[in-house]
Amino acid sequence: MGAEGAGPVGVVLVSHSAAVAAAVAELALGLAGGGEGPPPVLPAGGTPDGGLGTSSELIGAAARAVDRGAGVALLADLGSAVLTVKALLAEGDELPGNSRLVDAPFVEGAVAAVVTASAGGDLDAVVAAASEAYSYRKA
Amino acid sequence: MTETYGAEFLARWLTAAAEDVDREADRLTDLDSAIGDADHGANLKRGFAAVAETLAKEPPGTPGAVLTTAGRQLISTVGGASGPLYGTLLRSAGKALGDEERVGRERLAEAFGAGVEAVARLGGAQVGDKTMLDALVPAAEALRESFAAARAAAEEGALATVPLRARKGRASYLGERSVGHRDPGATSSALLFAALADTAAEEGEEG
Repeated sequence: MGAEGAGPVGVVLVSHSAAVAAAVAELALGLAGGGEGPPPVLPAGGTPDGGLGTSSELIGAAARAVDRGAGVALLADLGSAVLTVKALLAEGDELPGNSRLVDAPFVEGAVAAVVTASAGGDLDAVVAAASEAYSYRKA
Repeated sequence: MTETYGAEFLARWLTAAAEDVDREADRLTDLDSAIGDADHGANLKRGFAAVAETLAKEPPGTPGAVLTTAGRQLISTVGGASGPLYGTLLRSAGKALGDEERVGRERLAEAFGAGVEAVARLGGAQVGDKTMLDALVPAAEALRESFAAARAAAEEGALATVPLRARKGRASYLGERSVGHRDPGATSSALLFAALADTAAEEGEEG
């Protein structure tokens, strides 16, 4: 669905912890490797004062910063992270127009999303790849 | 004659709620330290203080606008799950009221009913899951009858969460160990409806 000429899909990683969000972003980018170069990925972790929690401000800022016109995939870890993204999407004007909350496991989904985005996949492909991470059973 | 309520009534309510939340913040946090992550009091205190400040600085002109403005503030300042949940409650209730200048109690009850449904959709919870819905659902229903009935229903609902096992949120990880504790979210919901009843009583009518 990415518009012609639009840049890669942006990915925002929303965690209760700034360290978790940043580390998962680093991991995903590290594993994305070649492709068409790294897609815009930003962490939105914790509260603005560095505590554990969710900040709609950080989420909104990250989503606007990674938006290259091809859509933004948001992955969230737990409770308020998920609820805040949903509430912001329902708000209508808080996130870029083509933003989507992805139903995916946080770490595995982030890797799949970033790899797919760096390979030039559109928003549908990125969302599908991240969601598919649920189907990989570990035991 | 049926009493109607304007923007200033809803602003007075939310300002009173901010004072109550501030006074009860330690109690909410204590409840939350038993089965949650001990941040409910501090989070709500911050959120409602921001709501009261915004309403004082730029008072919206309609009841609906007061609620949607307050909802937005809660979503952006609370930092825990109660932010998007209470934010959604108020915003959806505000949207349901539209541009009406003054609304009756039954209209408010309808709007809160819509808000409560939106909260249930957002969190995927239902009555009996040991969440704020255990207080909000009966309160919105009882508001059709009176403000006092809504207050009583919310308090009763919050108290009824004690024997329940949590099925949503962090407390659900505790399983059986969540039994025997009063749910912090249902408790803060009861506070909000108590503040609403107080504000209505001050208005001089209890209908």
